[in-house]
Amino acid sequence: MALIRTSSPHLHKASSTGDVMRLVILACMPGLAAMTLFFGWGTLINVCWAILLAVGLEAAIVLIRKRPVSFYLKDYSVVVTALLLGLSLPPYAPWWITLVGILVAVVIAKHLYGGLGQNPFNPAMVAYALLLVSFPVEMTRWTQPFVLLGDADSWNILPFTDTLRVIFTGFEPVWLDNYTGATPLDAMRHRGGMTTEEAWLSKPVLADGIGAWHAVSAAYFMGGIFLIYRKVITYHVPMAMLGALAVIASVFYAFDPYDFADPYFHITVGGTMLGAFFIATDPVTCATSNRGKIWFGIGIGLLIYVIRGWGGYPDAVAFAVLLMNLAAPFIDQYTQPRTYGHAKANRGMKGGQ
Amino acid sequence: MNIILIAILALAGLAVAFGLLLGFAAVKFRVEGNPLVDQIDGLLPQTQCGQCGYPGCRPYAEAIAGGDAINKCPPGGQSTVEALADLLDVEAVPLEAGAEAEPVKMVAYIREDECIGCTKCIQACPVDAILGAAKQMHTVIESECTGCDLCVEPCPVDCIDMLPVQSGLSDWKWELPAPGVQQLIVTDRRGQLQGGAV
Amino acid sequence: MRTHFAFHGGVHPPENKKQSTGLAIQIAPVPETLVIPLSQHIGAPAEPVVRVGDRVLKGQIIAEAVGRISVNVHASSSGVVEAIEPRPIPHTSGMEAPCVVIRTDGLDEWIDHKGLDDYRRLKKADLIDYIREHGIAGMGGAGFPTDVKLHLGDDHIVNTLILNAMECEPYITADDMLIRERAEEIVSGIEIMAHLLKPHHIIIGTEDNKPQALRALEKAVRASQLDIDIISVPTVYPSGGEKQLIKLMTGIEVPSGRIPADIGIVCQNVGTAKAIHDAVHHGIPLISRVVTLTGLALQHPHNMEARIGTPFETLLGAAEVIESALYRLVMGGPMMGFTVPHDQIPVIKTTNCILAATIEEMPPAPPANPCIRCGMCEQVCPAELLPQQLHWFAKGKEFEKAKNHNLFDCIECGACSYVCPSNIPLVQYYRFAKAEIRAEEAEQRKADHARKRFEARQERLEREQAEKELRRKQRAEEAAKMQAVKQDKLQRHAEVSETAAEPDAKALKTAAAVARTKLKKAQQALKSAQDKGLEGIEALQATVTELEQKAAAAQAALEQAEKGAQPAAQLDSKQLKTAAAVARTKLKQAEKALQQAQDSGEGDLTELQAKVTELTAKAAQAQTAFEAAESGVAPAAVDIAGLKEAMDSAAVKVEKARQALADSEANGSPAVEKMRAGVEKLEQKYQSAKSDFEVANQQGQSNGVDLEALKADMEQASDKVKKAEAALQTARENGSPAADKMAAGVDKLKGKYEEARQAWLAAGGVEAVAEAKVEVDPKALKQQVSIMRTKLKKAQTAVEAAEAGEGDLDLAASEFERLTALYEDAKQAWDAYEAEQNDKAAAQGIDLKQLKIDAALARAAVTKAERALDKARETQPDDLDGMEEALLAARQKAEQLNQTLSRFTD
Ligand code: SF4
Ligand code: SF4
Ligand code: SF4
Ligand code: SF4
Repeated sequence: MALIRTSSPHLHKASSTGDVMRLVILACMPGLAAMTLFFGWGTLINVCWAILLAVGLEAAIVLIRKRPVSFYLKDYSVVVTALLLGLSLPPYAPWWITLVGILVAVVIAKHLYGGLGQNPFNPAMVAYALLLVSFPVEMTRWTQPFVLLGDADSWNILPFTDTLRVIFTGFEPVWLDNYTGATPLDAMRHRGGMTTEEAWLSKPVLADGIGAWHAVSAAYFMGGIFLIYRKVITYHVPMAMLGALAVIASVFYAFDPYDFADPYFHITVGGTMLGAFFIATDPVTCATSNRGKIWFGIGIGLLIYVIRGWGGYPDAVAFAVLLMNLAAPFIDQYTQPRTYGHAKANRGMKGGQ
Repeated sequence: MNIILIAILALAGLAVAFGLLLGFAAVKFRVEGNPLVDQIDGLLPQTQCGQCGYPGCRPYAEAIAGGDAINKCPPGGQSTVEALADLLDVEAVPLEAGAEAEPVKMVAYIREDECIGCTKCIQACPVDAILGAAKQMHTVIESECTGCDLCVEPCPVDCIDMLPVQSGLSDWKWELPAPGVQQLIVTDRRGQLQGGAV
Repeated sequence: MRTHFAFHGGVHPPENKKQSTGLAIQIAPVPETLVIPLSQHIGAPAEPVVRVGDRVLKGQIIAEAVGRISVNVHASSSGVVEAIEPRPIPHTSGMEAPCVVIRTDGLDEWIDHKGLDDYRRLKKADLIDYIREHGIAGMGGAGFPTDVKLHLGDDHIVNTLILNAMECEPYITADDMLIRERAEEIVSGIEIMAHLLKPHHIIIGTEDNKPQALRALEKAVRASQLDIDIISVPTVYPSGGEKQLIKLMTGIEVPSGRIPADIGIVCQNVGTAKAIHDAVHHGIPLISRVVTLTGLALQHPHNMEARIGTPFETLLGAAEVIESALYRLVMGGPMMGFTVPHDQIPVIKTTNCILAATIEEMPPAPPANPCIRCGMCEQVCPAELLPQQLHWFAKGKEFEKAKNHNLFDCIECGACSYVCPSNIPLVQYYRFAKAEIRAEEAEQRKADHARKRFEARQERLEREQAEKELRRKQRAEEAAKMQAVKQDKLQRHAEVSETAAEPDAKALKTAAAVARTKLKKAQQALKSAQDKGLEGIEALQATVTELEQKAAAAQAALEQAEKGAQPAAQLDSKQLKTAAAVARTKLKQAEKALQQAQDSGEGDLTELQAKVTELTAKAAQAQTAFEAAESGVAPAAVDIAGLKEAMDSAAVKVEKARQALADSEANGSPAVEKMRAGVEKLEQKYQSAKSDFEVANQQGQSNGVDLEALKADMEQASDKVKKAEAALQTARENGSPAADKMAAGVDKLKGKYEEARQAWLAAGGVEAVAEAKVEVDPKALKQQVSIMRTKLKKAQTAVEAAEAGEGDLDLAASEFERLTALYEDAKQAWDAYEAEQNDKAAAQGIDLKQLKIDAALARAAVTKAERALDKARETQPDDLDGMEEALLAARQKAEQLNQTLSRFTD
């Protein structure tokens, strides 16, 4: 009789990395649906295209690295990366934008650093930031929510086939301009000499279209709550991030309501919700301990506000997350939990050099 | 003129003050011996075998502190080289040719009925790990033996063996787990993985 | 019921406890053999006190505790000790450890046992010793001897006694069932512990998934005098971990690296409480325990009261295991238990569960994915560690960092591995890292130790060197001082005899000589004065007497000094030699004078003759002393050579005296009568000397005293010759001009050697040679051979090295050849010896080789017969007689052969 010998524990919770990632994907679905509902097929097509590319690329790289493909693909992490990138790209972004983005995300941001678990930066955000810097025109041409197109009551989006043609053939009819426009953040930033009050009234995307953004944010929020409920993520990062953003926005808003947007606006437009629940919580690149996560979230919240307020880019989530990714190891060292039986927590990285 | 004088005086005063301070510090905080040598010596395995070309670990430590290569200690293996590289902040070089990276721990054993009691091995052992008297059989105190090999050569009847250290229940330990999926290669099949994974 | 606290993290694995609680605790069958490990916990293994073949009774002590952390081991059923040998024990490694194996006789016969009438009347220390003697050890985790914990009351203030009835691990129900059925006994055990520890507060901690056990406990507690709190907490793993339990019950954390007693808390398992009850009230040692048998591979999972030492196989059989379905056998729970490789492992005091799982139930872990730093492990870690960081460090072998991240606070509960979505065997990483760190620390300690020893040795060598140096210097100084003193004394030698405070032999000698000279002069003066009849004779006489006294004193001093300076004085053979020579010269002179006197017929022949005799004796004496010193033989020993010389000289004297007598007779000298008497006397002397010599010679031959001396002489000479030859060789090689001279010297030495040899041979050395040959020491010969072999080997390597281009090939080769020759010689000698032995044997008609082979064969036959007999005993016990006879015959034969053989090969 020769029975197997393994280390305890002999039980294992029926969950795998793949399960975790699948839950994340599932949690993204309301957001994806909302995006499609309000901004047309573009996002859906982008997401599918991105996933296709990413899976193919991952398989190719894994083969080149001489590893078994199925194991790697089964962890679904690359799908999540592609999904997040697809969700954050403008709905009518041409196909090659996505291609470049995926290339950067999978090859450079992930595998060059050693693959899953080793990358210091969130791959989707690295790709997004790079695209934003390299192709500002394509990356800032956002879509009008359907409520702003034609009469407000019908679901008036660009037909599916047209969308495909726009994305894959570079076909740009004149009427396309009707479908594109600035995001609320852009509108707010480039409001000329107007006070926020005036901007709210004069810009259609703010006056009428903002509801679409709120809806999308609400969808992401729902997904996020689901993830917290399923213990895929903890509440620390989103809470800290949203809280910090709200607090700093409130302070400035209270100080000068004419120049600064209200906190509610900051929290509900742009990539805030997506960032808070899906991007900043990316476990690989986030701080480790619960206290660390709180500091990490606060950092992101503050940076978002600063970059939105004084930076030159339409949105700040990607940059804020990347900057805090950079700080995560440092945060980790100073936020180790107090171990059972110890009077106080360790600080810093002892035992190194 | 006055100003220049004051400046010079002030500088001179400062120089004297700092000089005194430094002198005081040098006396007060003087470190006994050469701490670097101590640190290096602490990393060497203390086998005292002399394979590095020095008569013992400490002389080699002194030589390293004086700039000798760090890869001359075969009993320490590659891990010692790495530790030394770490301490001295230099590049870790591979061990000198011919040495194993992870040497097996050895212990000397005297075949006692063959020993003629010549005491030659006692004189050779650097840590006094051999017990015996003239014309009496000799034996190695296992717990004291560093496995340096030095007693083997002088024995006129060749009755000393170097045996690998026995491992038992008390020093059994878990292995590093088999590498996970990162280290899998394409030819690994699912079935094998299942069986082989520990 | 009191409130409770909480600890961080924890998991909720499926409980799977219902399967094994359906049936009451069953008594497990008595197995055929019990395998009882001598060490069932950390600490020293117990020392067996029974021997193979002893019959033991149930409850009898079979091994006694050694050291502080150790308890007795008892036989758990009656039977015969079959073996005391290493057997597989419950350990992850599957390794073996010493066990006592008992073949049970099925009678299950108890040794006399009786509990204490009233344990309260016993002194506490005695009660604890009683518990220790009954082998009580913790039945929860590590099996720590209970008495050690009970002694904690001595040097710690114990506030709280916590009884661990958590049983948080899935599957296990042993404690649950025990509480359900034996709650009163448990509480009685608690009372004993409380009596010993005197805690302010007693808590039984349990989980809310055991309502029946809880009810039973409550009932038992109500009946007790003690005030015991029962705290039931929500089920979460690992609430049964000691530290977690303490936190749950009291809200206090055990400081890292300390024990609970340091904060006034002692934890005990309920099973231990029951064991204490059994021991104290019934005198039953810890020889059985409740074991849960569960898992999908069992058709009949339930709890059993199993004897310590029962192989798992027996219990699995009782639980109707499906062998083909069994995939993983775990001792302990699924979270912290360990796998065992087969079912021949015995139950020990800590075996609370045997989990026979199927592959579906506990599939092998899939290959680990990379850590995605999801932090789930951190969320569940009850020790509040950062498991993923620890994992990185362990994997990267950054042990120092791991240690600083409190790796050693990890309780290896497995919660982190349980939740890890990447299936990383985290606990194994930690175990690996911990073991490595411990090994490293041990290594470091050893290295430090080695360094210390090395340094100590170095110091010692230096000290010895220094001492030698010092002694050398001292000697040099003393010599210089002596020189100075001597010079000083030479200057003032007149006063020396009075002032010589130091025992300077030479100076004393001079003094003695001076005194003697003076004495002689005075004597002469006295004589002439007497002859001449001068006055003042009295004065002269007085002077002479005085001088005589002085001379005697000087002589005495000299002798004393010589004795005092023992080795130097005795071994100064040169001086003695000179003395002997002087004596001989004097003798010759005296003889000459005698001759002259005889020739001329003048003078006092008698006087002269007497003098000659005296001198002869003296010369002989000196010679003897010299020779004694030379050969190192004590002067008291019989000196044949001296005797011979004395004899010879006596013969010569006799001859001469005879001649003189004849002359005198011819001359008609008046002194003829006297001379005749003298000759007769001389003849007598000669006779006696001769007989002396003969006796001595015989003695010498029989005990070889002098032979040895001669042999030493001869060997010395041969050595000298050899050295000289070597020197000559080198001189010749160097073309030294002194070579010729040296050659002459060598020849001379050779002559001397030859002389010495002759002398030795003459003295019966030949026989000695023969004797030596007979006495060839086989061991020495063998050693010689192996020394030569080793040297040869070394030379060979040298040659090889030389061939490889290092060193001087020619030199090495010639050395090699020389050694080969030497080796051949030695080998030949050995072979010759062996051949001789063979011959000796052959002479008796036995071929030694054949004999050896026969003996070996006979031994083998015995072994075979023994084995066959053993087997037969097992299979067909009736037909044994024939086999036993055969065995006996084989044994006899082997014995005989062995004896014969040993005659030739001692
Ligand atoms: S016994 Fe031999 S091998 Fe061991 S330390 Fe001494 S000299 Fe070295
Ligand atoms: S050197 Fe060899 S023969 Fe000599 S004492 Fe040591 S073991 Fe014995
Ligand atoms: S649970 Fe596993 S994958 Fe998640 S952080 Fe811990 S070790 Fe990494
Ligand atoms: S095994 Fe160690 S690290 Fe993992 S959860 Fe338990 S205590 Fe924490």
